[in-house]
Amino acid sequence: MSVISTGELTTPGLGGGLRDIKQSGFLLKLLVRKELKVRYRGSVLGLLWSYVKPGVQFVVFYVALGIFLGLERSARNPEGLANYAVYLFSGIVLINFFSEALGNAARSIVMNGNLIKKIYLPRELFPVASVWVSAVHFFPQLVVLVVGCVFAGWHPNLIQLLAALAGFIIVGMLATGLGLLFGAANVYFRDSENLVDMLLMVATWASPVMYAWAMVEQKLGSTAFAIYQANPITIGVELFHYAFWFPTTDGSAAMPPNLFGLWLPVGLVVAVVIVALGQFTFRRLEGRFAQEL
Amino acid sequence: MVTAIEVSNISKQFVLRHTRSLKEAVVWLAKGRKGDLSEKFHALKNVSVEVQAGETVALLGLNGSGKSTLLKHISGVMLPDSGTVKTRGRVAGLIEVGAGFHPDLSGRDNVFLNGAILGMTEQQVKDRFDDIVEFSEIGQFIDTEVKFYSSGMYLRLAFSVAVHTDPEVFLIDEILAVGDEPFQRKCIGKIQELARDGKTLVVVSHDLDLVSRICERGVVLEHGKLMFDGPIDEAVALLRS
Repeated sequence: MSVISTGELTTPGLGGGLRDIKQSGFLLKLLVRKELKVRYRGSVLGLLWSYVKPGVQFVVFYVALGIFLGLERSARNPEGLANYAVYLFSGIVLINFFSEALGNAARSIVMNGNLIKKIYLPRELFPVASVWVSAVHFFPQLVVLVVGCVFAGWHPNLIQLLAALAGFIIVGMLATGLGLLFGAANVYFRDSENLVDMLLMVATWASPVMYAWAMVEQKLGSTAFAIYQANPITIGVELFHYAFWFPTTDGSAAMPPNLFGLWLPVGLVVAVVIVALGQFTFRRLEGRFAQEL
Repeated sequence: MVTAIEVSNISKQFVLRHTRSLKEAVVWLAKGRKGDLSEKFHALKNVSVEVQAGETVALLGLNGSGKSTLLKHISGVMLPDSGTVKTRGRVAGLIEVGAGFHPDLSGRDNVFLNGAILGMTEQQVKDRFDDIVEFSEIGQFIDTEVKFYSSGMYLRLAFSVAVHTDPEVFLIDEILAVGDEPFQRKCIGKIQELARDGKTLVVVSHDLDLVSRICERGVVLEHGKLMFDGPIDEAVALLRS
């Protein structure tokens, strides 16, 4: 698509991978806008659903886990987490972003099969657009989170805000990489999207969203805990806790050791490797998309 | 002359029957891997075509002869199993009417989306937007969702976007059969104008009268093999016999 008019003979259908996205910025923008317009078409609440759904989810988890299972700190339960509501919600928004991004990216190629079969365009656009759309939906939740934090006495410093950004970038890259991988695989085996649904369910519980990381360390021991910690989503969630929850507490809560010295770089590296792997697999498989769809 | 499209010796095999169930795969393994898990056939076999810039070429043949598959190779949607395809300049086409149109978006949004899909930049779409709407004769309905369009309106808008993308090589797959008589004439006029401007056209159609008016050269395919390549009158005569 990026052929110069008077240029050489070139082979059509060989894209430059994720690099093509930059040249197709206009198309990416329109695809994202289309998704956003189409998502809540015909619904009365419209974009409000982006607030209502996580809101209800939060209340359910808060009541069940915070109150019934006793994770919230109270006079009768001094062992619990201070400001559990903020703790819980800061994890939930990130996991929601990841779930929506990966779930939609994994389906994006098959969903746009009609187009991919007929017109050549950089196909990476579809998973990337899905992640982008999820980022837009993530924004209102972030606003709610910040408002809640402010009410809970939030006073973050610059490092803590940067930690949130880093957490978001790690999770966004992970979703993009896995989205490319599973999106491409889904063309050949529709099992892929079911596998993703299962993975997302596991991902919610395999990170300290609902519970505290210290509980994991107690039960698992240090080796297994290191493996648990290497999960980029875990790192992202902990960075979010550090940015949003930690500044609302009295500062006595322990954050996971080496979060910045070791785990933040590990998370970034794992995310970059996953993007590279996803891109590599995608390019290997995309040549036959048109005939398999 | 400059070569616009160079298709050399390409072959493409399709799998006829997919076996993706675990059960069948296990049975196949248990039987000592006898036979093939899938059946294949040649959609294109050793096809070579060279098109010069400014030529108007019709791809002809019966259903299933491989015309559309060849067009998809030129556009880059499909990659050949063997052989090479090369093109010069921007290739765009109407492979199917309104591929990339979204029913829930307005005509205006779809013009932008479709223009971008066909490779136009934001500025190009903005500059040509009025021309696109005028040519399509959609008028006041441009802000209506396209799901409420009649099939003729839908086609007119899609065609209008496509002809305004201004590519060097223009691929057209069986789209002229729709639309009312006056609009069809207008489309053909526009296509002839493109040809006069020195654009390269590759047209797939079953309407032999139509292609003999638009194209100078005919390429006839049969069962994925090149049967004939020469003046359009001879190609049409061959198909009619």
